[in-house]
Amino acid sequence: MLPRVAIQTEDFDVSQELTALRAHDLRVGAVCSFVGTVRDTRALTGVAQDEVQAMELEHYPGMTEKSIEAMIDEAHKRFDFYAARVVHRVGSLLPADQIVFVAVTSAHRGESFKACEFLMDYLKTQAPFWKKEQTPQGAQWVDARVADDAALARWGIDFNNA
Amino acid sequence: MKIQVRYFASLRETIGLAAEDVDTACEDVASLRLELIARGGAHAECLAIERPVRVAVNQVMAHDATPLSAHCEVAFFPPVTGG
Repeated sequence: MLPRVAIQTEDFDVSQELTALRAHDLRVGAVCSFVGTVRDTRALTGVAQDEVQAMELEHYPGMTEKSIEAMIDEAHKRFDFYAARVVHRVGSLLPADQIVFVAVTSAHRGESFKACEFLMDYLKTQAPFWKKEQTPQGAQWVDARVADDAALARWGIDFNNA
Repeated sequence: MKIQVRYFASLRETIGLAAEDVDTACEDVASLRLELIARGGAHAECLAIERPVRVAVNQVMAHDATPLSAHCEVAFFPPVTGG
């Protein structure tokens, strides 16, 4: 069986990931996926000093995998889906690079949409990853966002990460 | 008792250490944090009570009252920013 969690420096192929996750399971009628990518904030604001030249992702080997496995277990308690897969890259990344992949299969779309969003909201506030951006002002650790805690709170989970 | 303390991201950089073995009588996360702050220097700066520091014990998210045990692994880190 495909491992549910992969932490890797290499890029991932979304199409291959989705095919492997579906694995010819004939019960599946819906596949929902999310891809997070490296954003260059300058492209958003037009401000030169907002440029993100590169990103470095650090994590806590061991805890990262365990925490995401626990999130998938929690999602299974809440939503009726078949399989889930989370791939998260670490190390050096460039603008537009893929960072994270979450995908879920289910019989009908509602459950996979919800489980996919739940997993991302959970991951943003609970999985031990830290982003450091290389900018014209030097390297800066990214600040956590209160909005991400609010997103998790919608699922009835209170956790003050930011 | 002996425990291992680990630091990640900005805490690791400022303290200048990824991990250290600590001999302590502290029974929970809150008292360990205060003991490390009492050392002064980078530890006091990074772990200051008003700073948003997150903690894991044995690789599970923890809080102030989480108990410590011999040979446990306690990690201090800033709010997480993955995804």
